[in-house]
Amino acid sequence: MNNLISGHTLRFVILVLLQALILNHINFLGYINPYLYILFIALYPIKNNRFLFLFLSFLLGLFVDIFSDSGGIHAAAALTAAYTRPIILKFSFGAAYEHQTIRFNTIEFGALLVYLITLTLIHHLVVFSLEVFNIKNILLILKKTLFSSIFTIILTVLTIIIFSRKR
Amino acid sequence: MQQIINFLIRNKTFLLYILLLSISLVFTIQSHSYHKSRFINSANFLSGGIYNSTNNISEYFNLKTQNTILQEENNNLRMLIHNGEKQNDSIQITYIDSTSFGIAYKFTPALVIKNSYSATDNILLLNKGERDSIKEDFGVITPKGILGIIDQTSKKFSTVISILNTNSRISAKLKHTNHFGSLIWNGKSPYTVQLKEIPKIAPVTQGDTITTSGLSAIFPKGIPIGTVTDFSLDNAENYYTINVKLFNDMTNIEHVYIIENKDKNEINNLLNPTDE
Repeated sequence: MNNLISGHTLRFVILVLLQALILNHINFLGYINPYLYILFIALYPIKNNRFLFLFLSFLLGLFVDIFSDSGGIHAAAALTAAYTRPIILKFSFGAAYEHQTIRFNTIEFGALLVYLITLTLIHHLVVFSLEVFNIKNILLILKKTLFSSIFTIILTVLTIIIFSRKR
Repeated sequence: MQQIINFLIRNKTFLLYILLLSISLVFTIQSHSYHKSRFINSANFLSGGIYNSTNNISEYFNLKTQNTILQEENNNLRMLIHNGEKQNDSIQITYIDSTSFGIAYKFTPALVIKNSYSATDNILLLNKGERDSIKEDFGVITPKGILGIIDQTSKKFSTVISILNTNSRISAKLKHTNHFGSLIWNGKSPYTVQLKEIPKIAPVTQGDTITTSGLSAIFPKGIPIGTVTDFSLDNAENYYTINVKLFNDMTNIEHVYIIENKDKNEINNLLNPTDE
């Protein structure tokens, strides 16, 4: 249990620093940045205290916000992703989620991909809607969401593959 | 009463979600209004310190290009000194010389330790703060053009609202005439900004130089901004909207100068006599 907590704390810190110092400055094709920090939300244990989970996600987003001077957009997006996670889990894993038997190391790749894509799209949509903050520019929002999501999904899948122990 | 408590307990996660969401929305809305992001900004001890130490390493990687830019600027200043009075007209307007403004403007060199240009509201971080007597609403320029206006300050750091920020409005004019308008950004390309509210009567042509107007008490008059790439009349057909290609490459900025206008308080008091 202790091991689990320290592991997640370490992941929290590393993801915030990685996001702030490297990933925010990639600017692929001028504006495309991956937001890898949602990996913390995606891989948080399934059996959890939802109160704590929501609060931690909020804190994670807020730290990213402080580093990127973006007000509260990442906090709101991370919070929304964390709040909708049970629904996404149910949608992508079905029965396995009902019986609380999911382990991220052992599930099949297709379901995992669906889960990550849905989570990323929701998160990015909130981020860019709040960042642009103007309904007139809906096309800009959708464009940014789509391209950044692709980048984020590729990066999250690669990270999961590299850091998973048995596969 | 019992029912209210039961309701609260049943929906506690939803209520927590709403609470935290409204907090973050308040922060977001604050960040979208000018000069209001009091709580969440990177000019604090933690993030400023981390950015400062990583910048100490990463600044080595573009020493070469930055040296070239600074050398170009030195070259221009040298030309100004040695050709002094003879070519006054052509050069002095393009390149600013702090001595020609008396003591009205004080320049402070600073380093950009966090650059940003891909969001719609870009904010930069500088390594000078209150300790170096930097305050809100000071102008920031690069060796080639303008950068933005100081927003928040802490002891050692300060944030800059870049011209690549949809909230930023800077007074600018055509170099040859005195027709002025406000410089804004539409959030699309980091290489072009838009100049609005230039009256229809102004003689605009492609390739004209745009400079600061000196009307806002933040920037001195005549700092180069960019050149006109194209222009069109707005819907009411009274004003031009001009696309301006910036002189400085906003994606590669290291050395900047912060400008303090010593006469600013006096000017503002004269213009707004109500707030006494």
